[in-house]
This record gives sequence, C-alpha cells and structure tokens, in this order.
Amino acid sequence: MKVPISWIREYVDTQLSPKQLAHSLTMVGLESQTETIFDDGWDNICVAKVTGLQQHPNADRLTLATLDIGNENITVVCGAKNLLEGQRVVFAKPGARLIDPENGRHEVLKVVRIRGIESAGMICSKRELGLGEDHTGILILDKGAPTGAPLSDYMRDVVIETEPTTNRPDWLSVLGVAHEVAAITKGEVCEPESNYLEHGPAIQDRVIIRVEAPDLSPRYTASLITGIKIRPSPWWLQERLLKAGQKSINNIVDVTNYVMLEYGQPLHAFDYDLLEQSTILVRRGRFGETITTLDGELRELTPEMLVIADASRAIGLAGVIGGANTEITEGTTSVLLESAKFDAVNIRRTATALKIRTEASTRFERNINGDLASFALMRATHLIQELGGGQVAQGIIDLDNRGSRHDKVSLNIKRVEDVLGIRLSLKKAKGILSSLGFICEAADSKSILVTIPYWRSDIRIQDDLVEELARIYGYDNIPTRSLSQEIPTHQPQLMRTLSEQIKDLLSGVGMQETISYSLTSYEVLSSVDSFDLKNEPLQVSNPMTPERQYLRNSLSGNVLNTLTNNLRHEEFSVGLFEVGRIYIPHGDDLPSEHHMAVGVLWGNATGLSWAEDSRRIDFYDGKGVLETIFRMLGKEPHFQQAEAPIFHPGRTALVFIDDVKVGIVGEVHPEVLEAFHISSEEATVLFEVDLEALLPLVEGQDFRFTPFTRFPGAYRDLALVSNTEVPAAKLKEIIETHNLVQTATVFDVYTGSKVTKGERSLTFRVHFQSLKDTLNTETVNKAQEEILQKLEKEVGGQQR
Amino acid sequence: MVLHPLLIRLHGIVESAKQEFEQVSDTDALELWRVAYLGRSGKITLLLRTLSSLEPDERRIVGEETNRAKVALEHRLEERRETLKASEMALNLAADRIDVTLPGRPVALAPLHPITQVVREVCDAFVSMGFNVVEGPDVEWEYYNFDLLNIPRDHPARDMFDTFWVDWNDPTDQERRMLLRTHTSPVQARVMQRQDPPIRVIVPGQVYRYEAVDATHESQFTQIEGLVVDKGITFAHLKGTLYEFVRRVFGQERRVRFNCSYFPFVEPGAEMSIDCFVCRGDGCRVCKQAGWIEIMGAGMVHPTVLEGVGYDPSVYTGFAFGMGPERIAMLKYGIDDIRLFRSNDLRFLRQFRLAEVFGKKDSPSFFGGA
Repeated sequence: MKVPISWIREYVDTQLSPKQLAHSLTMVGLESQTETIFDDGWDNICVAKVTGLQQHPNADRLTLATLDIGNENITVVCGAKNLLEGQRVVFAKPGARLIDPENGRHEVLKVVRIRGIESAGMICSKRELGLGEDHTGILILDKGAPTGAPLSDYMRDVVIETEPTTNRPDWLSVLGVAHEVAAITKGEVCEPESNYLEHGPAIQDRVIIRVEAPDLSPRYTASLITGIKIRPSPWWLQERLLKAGQKSINNIVDVTNYVMLEYGQPLHAFDYDLLEQSTILVRRGRFGETITTLDGELRELTPEMLVIADASRAIGLAGVIGGANTEITEGTTSVLLESAKFDAVNIRRTATALKIRTEASTRFERNINGDLASFALMRATHLIQELGGGQVAQGIIDLDNRGSRHDKVSLNIKRVEDVLGIRLSLKKAKGILSSLGFICEAADSKSILVTIPYWRSDIRIQDDLVEELARIYGYDNIPTRSLSQEIPTHQPQLMRTLSEQIKDLLSGVGMQETISYSLTSYEVLSSVDSFDLKNEPLQVSNPMTPERQYLRNSLSGNVLNTLTNNLRHEEFSVGLFEVGRIYIPHGDDLPSEHHMAVGVLWGNATGLSWAEDSRRIDFYDGKGVLETIFRMLGKEPHFQQAEAPIFHPGRTALVFIDDVKVGIVGEVHPEVLEAFHISSEEATVLFEVDLEALLPLVEGQDFRFTPFTRFPGAYRDLALVSNTEVPAAKLKEIIETHNLVQTATVFDVYTGSKVTKGERSLTFRVHFQSLKDTLNTETVNKAQEEILQKLEKEVGGQQR
Repeated sequence: MVLHPLLIRLHGIVESAKQEFEQVSDTDALELWRVAYLGRSGKITLLLRTLSSLEPDERRIVGEETNRAKVALEHRLEERRETLKASEMALNLAADRIDVTLPGRPVALAPLHPITQVVREVCDAFVSMGFNVVEGPDVEWEYYNFDLLNIPRDHPARDMFDTFWVDWNDPTDQERRMLLRTHTSPVQARVMQRQDPPIRVIVPGQVYRYEAVDATHESQFTQIEGLVVDKGITFAHLKGTLYEFVRRVFGQERRVRFNCSYFPFVEPGAEMSIDCFVCRGDGCRVCKQAGWIEIMGAGMVHPTVLEGVGYDPSVYTGFAFGMGPERIAMLKYGIDDIRLFRSNDLRFLRQFRLAEVFGKKDSPSFFGGA
C-alpha cells in the first residue's frame, strides 16, 4: 500500500525522516520502502492565483485570465469554463513540459497567439500535468495553495510503500500505520473527526435492512444521507487519493475510498432512490441469479456467495464489488452508506471463484475487526455531509450478529520471559501495549488483562501479545544465547548418507551432478517407456505447462533430456548424473518416493587430449563406473546380460549385488536416442541404480582388515580359447575358484583369423599366491594344469 | 744415483699414461685407457707383477714408487669418470627435454551441483551444533503442509504458498488433499509427531510453488528448514543459534539483524538479515543499497502447532527457521537467474569448482567479481 507521509503526519507527530520511518516500520514487521513523488518534471510550472477575468475580444468561448504568479502578474488565454476569480490554479510558463491531451506525448510549451492575442503560458488541466484523466476543465487547487510556489514544491511528498503481511488488515490503512508510528516514536494518535448533524426522520423509518445470512455477515451498519450534490471532490481529497494511487471519481465515491484507506474498512454507497422498496437484504445468492458489477461484467451468482439485494434483485456482491444498478451517478441525491463485517473465508472464496481481487475483498478476507464498521461509517458520513451537503437521517442501522466477543486476552509476565528470554517488568509491558492502543488492566501481581483495540484482529492468544512486546521492545535488544540444553540422540539418515556418497563417487569419476525438475512431461516419460497406462504416474491438477505435468516415475528421461539440452553446445564428451527421487503411486497413500542414481555417458571416452588415443564411449565405460563405485562401497557387482526397454538388446546388463538386482547399465536403444534428438550413430551409455535396493546391501557391513602374506606370489598369463557364448565372467570364476589363485584379470580379447570362427581368445593374468609359503614353479605348474582341466571340462576352454 | 731400470720404465709408462689420459673424452675411451694401464694386463699391473723377481731392497723401492704411481692414476681415473658421467647425463637429459606447456593427461573429476554444495555446507554447520539431518516427502498431505502449521483452508496466508495440487484418485475426499509441498515445514510436524523433545533437526529438501517462472521465481527450488524444541528454549536461543550459523558459514565478522515478520506457524515471527558480504554494509548492487541482505525466516514455534502435534506449549517451547540455498548461492556468486540451477547447463555447473562453496570467508578477492 502507498502511504503518503503527509497523510500519516495528520494523525501522529513524528520527527523521524521518511527513511528512518520506513526502517523502523520494517523492523516492527511492516516491510517499507520510501519513494519521493512529484519531485521533478514540473520545471516552469507554479501555483497561480486568478486575479482577473476578461472576455477574449475575438472569441466568445475564450477568456483572458490575469494571474498572480508571485513576483509578477501575467495575462493568458484560457478556454476552460470552470475558471473563477480568486481560484488557485496551476500555471505553466513557456518552456514547461506538458502532456498533450490529444496524443499523450510530452510537449514543450511555447508562446502562442490565440485569435490574435499572445499567450505566454497556460492554465493546466489534470491531464496536461499527468495527474489524472480529466480534461473537461482546469485543475483547481485549494485556497491555501501558496501563490507563486513551484508546483513540485507544493506537491512533493514521500510515499511509504508498504507490504503488509496477511495477518494485519489494519496495516492496509493509514491509521493502522499511524498507530505503529506512535508506538515506535512514543507518540500519540489523534483520531479524525467523525461528528455530524442528524436531521429528519430516523433511518429505521426510511430503509428496511435484513440480514438473512448472519453467519456470513456478522455485522452490518448503514447510514442514510439525503439531498446531497454530486460533484468533484475538493483538491485536498483528490490529492490524497492520487498520492495513495487511487483515482478520484466524485465526492461520494471518493469519500468511501478515502475512509477505506484511512481506517481499513471497506464501505459501499448505494443510490438510495434506486433501492426497490427501500430495502436491503443481506442474503445468499440464488441459482440462476445474475448481477452486472461495477466493472461492467455480468456475473452468475450461487448460494455460496453472499449478496446484497434490494426487494427484487441483487445490487452488490457483498464485500467484493458493487452492482451497476445502484451505482452513484451524477443524478444521485440520496446515498445509503454500508459499512459491514463479512465472513473472511466466504469473501475469499467468492473473490477466488469469480477471479476478482478488489481493495474491499483484500481487506475483508484478512478478517477485519467487526468493531471497525461503525467507526468508519460515522467518519464517512461526516465527510459526505461536509463535501456533499445534504442531511443525515437520524441514527444508524447496526445489525450485530457477532455473539460473544473475544476482545480481551490476559498476559502473564512470566510467559514473556519463557518465550523471549528477557525479563520485562509489568510496567514496561503495559507501556508498550498502551502505546499500540491496547488497554491494560491489572489482574494480579504477575498478569494483566488486555483489551484489544478496535482496529486489530490478529491478537488471539497470549503469545500474540508477547510478539507485540518483542517487536516494539526491538528484536535487536533481545540478547543472543547459545543452546545449552542436552544434545538430542543422533539419528543416522542412511539413505541420505548413501545418496551423498554416491554423488561424491560419481563426481570423483568425472561425472557432473545435475538436478532436474520432479515434474516432467508425458513425452519424456513415454520416451523412456515409463508411462504405464495401468499404473499412470501421478500428475498435478494445475500444471504450469505440459512439460511439467507428471511426477516422474523414472529419472532416465530427465537425464537424457539434460544430455540433449547440453548437446546444443557440447560436442566432445559429456558425463552427467542425477541422484534424486522418483514417485511411485501407492494406492490411497502418498506415493512412495524412491531414491535413484542415474547417469549418462556420451562422446569421447578419454577426453580430448594430444596424449591419448581417441575412443568413443561404450558399454564398458558405464560398467566400469558402476564397478568402481560399488567396490568403493565394499561390494563386488555382478553383471548379467539382459534385454530391457530403452536399451540396446545386446549391450545391456542387469547389475546384481549379492544376488539382488540393484540396477541396469547399457547402451541406449537407437529409437530412444532419436526420441531425444541424440545421434544414434555413436553409443550413449545409461545406467540406473536403485538406491532403495542398494542401501540394505551396503549398510552395516562388518569390514575387517585382511592381513596380507609376506610370501611372494607368481603371475602367469593364460590365453584361453573358448566359444564366444561362454561369458568372460564364467572363465574368471572358474580360474578364481582355485585355492592358489588370488585374482584373474582379462587383459586381452581376440577374435580373428588365428582362432576358429565362433571362438575367441581371452588372456588372463592370473595371480597365484599361497598364504603359507613361497610358491615354486612345480606348484604353480600343477595349479595351472588343474585350472586348465577344469576349464576344459566345464566350458570347453583350451589354452591357446 | 742411478735409477733402477724398472723405475725408468715406470716413469715412461706414467708419462704415456698421462699423455693418453689427456686425449680421453668419453667414458668408453676412459675404459680403454683404464684397461691399458690399470687393467688385469695393463702396463702398471704387469710392471708390478715383475717385482717378485727383484731383490727385497729393490722390490721395496720400486714397489712403493709403482704403487704410488698407480694410486695417482686411479685417482685421476675416478675423477674423470665422475665428470664424464655427469656431463654425459646432462647431455642425455637435455635430449629428453619436453614441452611442459602441453596439457596433462586428462584425469576425470567433476564438481557437484552448487545446490548440493550449499546444502552440505549449511547442514554441516548445524550438525556440528548437535542437529540431526532429516528429510521428508516431496508429495504431502494438505494436512501436514498447511493445517498442522496453523494455515487453515481459505486463510489468506495461503496466498504466500501457491500450490501444485496432485490429481489424486479420490478428489471428492476434500479432507485428504494431496499436494507438492510448498515448503519443508511439514517435516517439522512429522518429526514432532514421531518423537518427543528434545528436538534439533535440520531439513533440506525440494519444494514447489505454483508460480510464474522468471529470473527470480522458480516453480521448484530447495529449502533448508530447522527446528529446535525443548524446555526453556527462547527467542534468545533462536538469535544465538542463527548468529552462530552465520558466523560459521558467512564469516566470523558478519553481523546479523532481526526484524519482525509473519509466518502463520511461528509467533513471534522474524526475518534475519546479514550485513552485506560484498560491501560490508555500505550499500551496493547486491544488497540493493540496503547494506543488509535478508536470508532467513524464523520464529518461535506457534503454540497451536505444538498443540497440534500433542506437545504441551506451556512446558515446551521451540524455534524454527528456513532458508533458500538458491538465494544464498545467487547472492554469493552474482547469479542473476534462478532458472540456471535446474537448466543443468554444463557451462553453468562446471564453474562451481571450489571444494567448498563457502571455502573462503571474508576474503574480498573471493567476491571480487560480484
């Protein structure tokens, strides 16, 4: 909200600079910034007094106006009809920059001759000054405007731009802000005048008001003013509204807006003469009922909405927007003024359902205090009488259905210490609360009974008062203290530990961590075969875009997508991974959130280097990554040839640890690559690791140091020819089962003319080792012979 | 005195040895020289062998003289051998010279995502103060995300949390609405329901907002939430703990400022700012001339929240706080677009190479570019 400093100062005297004020307000919870307005752009424009008027000799519609501009008198040509002697007006000298009312552009004013008379300057309308739309006449300032003063000096102000939190509807009012300023500066608020004279018959005899939905309209007050005259508001009122960012309409509508800004209480003025049977019904809408609201929209009403109606039709959406059928117009002479409290939840629902947020609905939905209604009603009635003339009917209507009121809260001073950690005396507490408008009565030696001021609706419990004390006492004045309580028992979070370890390991092998959106698209999920119609992924009912509609039930699509996006600028080598959650629907319950690690390798395997032979990524790069990270986690993985969706049918393996499937690694199927616009000419390797499956296998391992022998071992290279169908892992397993063999590592694979078709040669380096003694050649030879026999017997392998 | 003929011979041998020695220019020639004079059938060796046929007196004189000459030659040999070896090695090494400006062979290592780095740094600081790291579900019940946190349905405070609703199989069941959590705060409620005080937890996690995305707004981002509940916890503890956190993560010299704010699940509520780590409070572009940067929301846990999870608010008090790692990273590194974090553009991610995001604290050069 825009709160002009000049307006605040009407209620509370403060010596603080605008900047200090904004800072102090921010510290007590009302985020504020200052903006100086009307500071520049008005060179050569000043306040002038009209001292004489003469008919233009050559034109009936033009006047020659003589103006006092302080140090000189000047006569200019003017065409406006609302010009009168003695008025204060705005005069622009040649050289001033004004807005051309025809095209809205800034133009520099020049001396002109109008119908033979030279006019060195002009009297300005609001539109020419950029102060409003009105161009029907010139702008008339208040009588007190200082003749000759530059317009900037006269208009300049500082506006405090506030961002009130939703719990404080009172901060959506100038008085509400003034109360804070008073508390901060130890000042006092001087409340505005609201007395008026009542004439004629009682309001009860002139209107019938019935609240038929008291649950939604806890309080409804109204006053009636007849014989008023609709006209533009005086300048002081227009100026305030302007500075607060509101348009001026006419004196009656302006008063309702002004008092709303002043008190935070929305008001509505009905044209009394248009109310059928002089009746107001506060009731629920009816099916099929419609209303054209002030913004020109035809709206359908429902029983969920609270409506203001007369005897035959809806005339307003309670607390949201008025109806066009009872709008104040130039012909209005009598006004029924409404000031009410409507149910916050209902107003919010109606505004949300109709997609309109108004100044009124914003205040009502924040639950304004019902006491406010009559204060604001009387203030507005006072102003209408002052500005519009007319007679106020005797009394007001006040239908109060609030039942028991909760306007007192007791405060035990011990609670202040318990919550804030400071000792505050009862006297000091009373002082702070009183400065905020609370009324304190002593209850006993340690507590007080506090009456909540009529403008506050956020105080319900003792701790709310504690906050009031804290913020005015100053958060910065509360000491800092270290936690001295007992440290709670440590609770290991194994999944988190594992996830973070996997991240470290994968980044350690050169893969870049990425974090993508949990929401993804149908296309991405179906491209990685994760859109199962029988078990559809969860979706949000209000997606921002189709790209983020479904909760991913697979991470592979996102990772491939990330690769695609990067291939726009990467051309050599990419390795990236994501450790994150996937969401598996789980019946009536929340989805199960599964932790996954998915990585992709693309491009050159060795990195661009002068020193290495260039080689493309293939299956074995992905496998190598998994072998490395699982070994670091203390487990030897096993790989089993497999076919799986999205993977190359011959270049894919399931990954097992201790016979439990923990993941998959393979080259991505060319069709899938095409779906992600990745070239299928070269291999792209993808792996998925299911951390939920992995965790129980790696947690709580009982690791023990293994002593190593001092006896030297022996190394032998064994070239073995076998059918290509025999997996290398099988040969390795057979070799390693021999009790003298520590490890067998394939370091050469050969298929070609030197072996029979359908066979291949694998060369193993075998490490023979005895823990008991030094191996001699005979023993090793014997062991090798045993191994070869076993190989031949089990898989038909032969030494080459 | 007449020289013994053998001594004359010796003299001749030594002279020729000296002359030839001068011609020696490499280790091979030196070896030939050694063989010719000092080898098993070298001239000096042979001469010594003839001594046995001499009279003892002669043998003694000639022997001494010959041995002296031999030692002198051997000494020369060793000396020359050393210098030759050194110069030859220098020559060889010079020939092995390489271009050290060619790049090294690639060793794979990639940085972690900056968010991961920030989250770790923040969590570690709290863990060292006795906090437990806890996580909770991304997909939540409305009850945990809002109701238990004192944000009832149709409350205007819900405007602070625009929500993605999950299209669930029973949308008619209005009491059980599923959503993507709008903050990590529901984990507070879950932790308190699960265990009794004392509680000190730090909760990192992904959160979601139904919000138009631009350079400063994301529909998904990270939050780190903290909660402390015990007997005797006060606002002073809140201040002390968060101040300590700031000193650990942002540097010992940082100052903090607390102002009042509103979050429905705390009372009193606060925001914490730190003095700008770029200009140190003088006002600059990063802090928008304010000198202060708001980095956290906090407050004393609302009694309604404590009651909701079955704690007695007259016995237990607590404080909660929350911060956004993306915002912290943006401020620290001058990142001007929050969307970069989930763009996963390698040109962005590869820049965050520091082992620890907050590695150097209070170092002006570190923030030089900001």
